[in-house]
Amino acid sequence: MPRSVVHISGHIIDSLILPKILDIIISLGAEFQILDIHIGQRRADRSSARVQIDAPTEESLQQILAKVKEHGALPLDTEDEVVRFEAAPTDGIFPGDFYATTNLPTLIRLDNQWVEVEHPEMDCGIRVLPQSRRAETVPMHRVKKGDFIVIGHGGVKIVPMERHVPREPFEFMSSSISTEQPKGLMIREIADSMIRVRAAQGRILVVAGPGLVHTGAARHLIELIENDFVQVLFAGNGLAVHDIESALYGTSLGVYLDKNIRASEGHEHHLRAINAIRKVGGIRQAVKQGLLQRGIFYSCVKKGVDFVLAGSIRDDGPLPDVITDTLQAQEAMREKVRNVSFALMMATTLHAIATGNLLPATVKTVCVDINPAVVTKLCDRGTFQAVGLVTDVEPFLRELSQYLRQGDNPADARQ
Amino acid sequence: MGLLMCPPAHYGIEYEINPWMSTRRQSDPQRARSQWSDLRHILQHRLSLQVEFIDAVAEQPDMVFTANAGLVWRHKFIASNFRHEVRRGEVPHFIEWFRRRAFEIVRLPDELFFEGEGDLLACGDVWFAGYHIRSDVLAHQRVAEIINAEVLSLELTNRWFYHLDTCFCPLDAERALYYPPAFDRYGQEVLQSRIAELIPVCAAEAQRFACNAIVADNAIVLNEGCPEVRQRLQQLGFTVHETPLDEFIKAGGSAKCMVLTIT
Repeated sequence: MPRSVVHISGHIIDSLILPKILDIIISLGAEFQILDIHIGQRRADRSSARVQIDAPTEESLQQILAKVKEHGALPLDTEDEVVRFEAAPTDGIFPGDFYATTNLPTLIRLDNQWVEVEHPEMDCGIRVLPQSRRAETVPMHRVKKGDFIVIGHGGVKIVPMERHVPREPFEFMSSSISTEQPKGLMIREIADSMIRVRAAQGRILVVAGPGLVHTGAARHLIELIENDFVQVLFAGNGLAVHDIESALYGTSLGVYLDKNIRASEGHEHHLRAINAIRKVGGIRQAVKQGLLQRGIFYSCVKKGVDFVLAGSIRDDGPLPDVITDTLQAQEAMREKVRNVSFALMMATTLHAIATGNLLPATVKTVCVDINPAVVTKLCDRGTFQAVGLVTDVEPFLRELSQYLRQGDNPADARQ
Repeated sequence: MGLLMCPPAHYGIEYEINPWMSTRRQSDPQRARSQWSDLRHILQHRLSLQVEFIDAVAEQPDMVFTANAGLVWRHKFIASNFRHEVRRGEVPHFIEWFRRRAFEIVRLPDELFFEGEGDLLACGDVWFAGYHIRSDVLAHQRVAEIINAEVLSLELTNRWFYHLDTCFCPLDAERALYYPPAFDRYGQEVLQSRIAELIPVCAAEAQRFACNAIVADNAIVLNEGCPEVRQRLQQLGFTVHETPLDEFIKAGGSAKCMVLTIT
C-alpha cells in the first residue's frame, strides 16, 4: 500500500487544522496513523504531529499529499532525515533492526543526497558503501561482518511502480491473472514487447519447465532462441534432460514426440541421455564433440545464450551443468538477471518463483502455466508486476512464435 | 492608534485578481479620491487618530489598500509576499517607508504567500489568520513564531471573501462580526469556541463589506448601506460612522483595507 509520512506543526489543535487534515485523509479513501504528537503547554506554544498515510493507490496518495499540503502538512521526505546504518555483527547476520527490501527501485538519503540502491531485490538488506557513496542490496547469506547495513525506515524511499501502465506494453492486461480473456490479443502484446526489447538490445530471460518438451513446444522455443529472442535461460535438470533425451532418442519420458507412442525400454532413455552427457563432461562439451546436434540447449550453446540450471532434490543424475548447491545456484541466477528487461516464465513453479524473488519490479514479467495457482503464488510472494496467462504452453508458444515471425516480416504482418 | 494610508492617486481597476474586479467596470477617479478623503477626514478629525501617508506609485493601483502591505508588530515590519505578481511591485515601496522610520524589516521565505493584516487580525490575545485563497497557512505559522503569539488559521472558502478582513472583524477582546459562509465548518467552530459573542452578518451586508470595518475603541467606520450591522453595533454601544466607499468595492476593498495599523 503506498505510504507517506507527513509532519504538521503550529497551532494545529485549537485551529482544528489537525482534525481537518485527518478528515481529508479519510474522505479521500486513505487511512492514517498518528505516529507521534507533541502538544504545546501554553497557548502561544506550537504543537506538532507526524501522521502516516496509507492510500489505496499511488495516485490517490499523491492527491492526498497535495491536498494536505495546502493545510500545512509536509511530507517528511522534504525534511532531511538521513539514513541510519549499523555494522553487521558477524558473517551472514544483519543488525537487529535491519531494513528489509522490496523489489521496487529504492533510494537512501546519505548526507543530503538521495542515492539509488543498486540491484533492487526483495527480502534482502541494504549494504552502504559510505566512501564511494553507493548502496546495494545484499542477501542475508552474503553479508560480511562489519558491512554497513541500513537500519530502520528513516531516510529510505521506495519509488512505487505505476500499477496502470499507460498504453504499452501491457495495456490490455488490466487483471494480472487471466483465464477468461481472449488470449490471442495478450500473446500479440507479449510478442510486441519482446520485439521492442530485442530492438532496444535489451535482454530477455526465459524460465522454463520440462513440460515444454513433453508437450512438443520445444521447437517453438528453439525458434525464439535462433531469432535472438532469448538471451538468458533458467531451468532445472528436468528441462535439459528431456530436451537432450529428445535430441538423442526422439522421445520425451520414453514417448516418441512425433508419433505419440511409447518406445520400448523408453523409460530408460532419459537416464541414458544423462549418462552420455556426464561422460563427455557437460552440455557444451557434448555440442562441441557433435554428440548433441539439436534441441533447446544445442541452440543455446550455438547462439551463446547464458543458461543456469538449478538443481532440486528429486533430480536424476544430475547433468554436470546443474548447480546442486542452492545458494550457489541462486547466486548464478542473481548474476544473470542483472540487465534483464523482460522475463517469460513457462510451465514451472519452483524456478518461476525463485526467479521472481530475484527480479526487480521494473522487469516486465509474464507467467504462463496451465495451473492458475502458479501465477497466483508468484504474485502473492511479491512479484506483483507479473501478468499471467493460464493456458497450455504449446499453443501459447506456437502462437507467440507466429506473431514474432510476423513482426520480423512486416509483409505478412497483422491485418 | 496610528494608521498608514495611501492616497488613490493611481487607483483603478487595471487587472482582475478577485471576483469583484472587472476591468470593464472602472472606478471613477474623482469619486474615489473624494471617498478616500472623506474616510481620512473621519479618521483624523472625528476619531482623532494619527494617520500617516505613503506616496502612491504609478502602476500600483492597489497600493491604496495598505492593510495588505504587511504586519507591523512593535518595531518590526513583516512584509507581505503577494500571491499575485501584479501586486508584488508594492512591496519595495512599503519596505522603504518602514526602513526610513527605523523599523526592523522581516521577510518571509519567498515560497510562502502572506498578505499582511488583510489575513491576520487579533481578537484579544489570540490572532486569527485567513488562509488558502491568498495567504499560506505555513506563512502564518512563521508569523506566529515572530510575534510569539497564538495564531489560529482559518480556511477561507468563498472567493468573494478572499481576505480575512472581508469576512471577520474583531470589535474587542470578546466580540466580533463575521460572515459565516466565508468559512468552512472547522473555521466556524474555531471562531465559536474562542470568541464569546460572535455577531453574524447577513449576505447582503457582507457584500457591502460590513465586516471590512475600522475599529478604534468604541468607534467603528464602515461603508454605508449596512443598516442591520449599524443597528446592532449601536445597541452594543458603538458609535458608527458610515461613509460611502463603493468606488473601492469595485476592487474588492473597503474601509479596513485602506488602513494598516502601525502603532
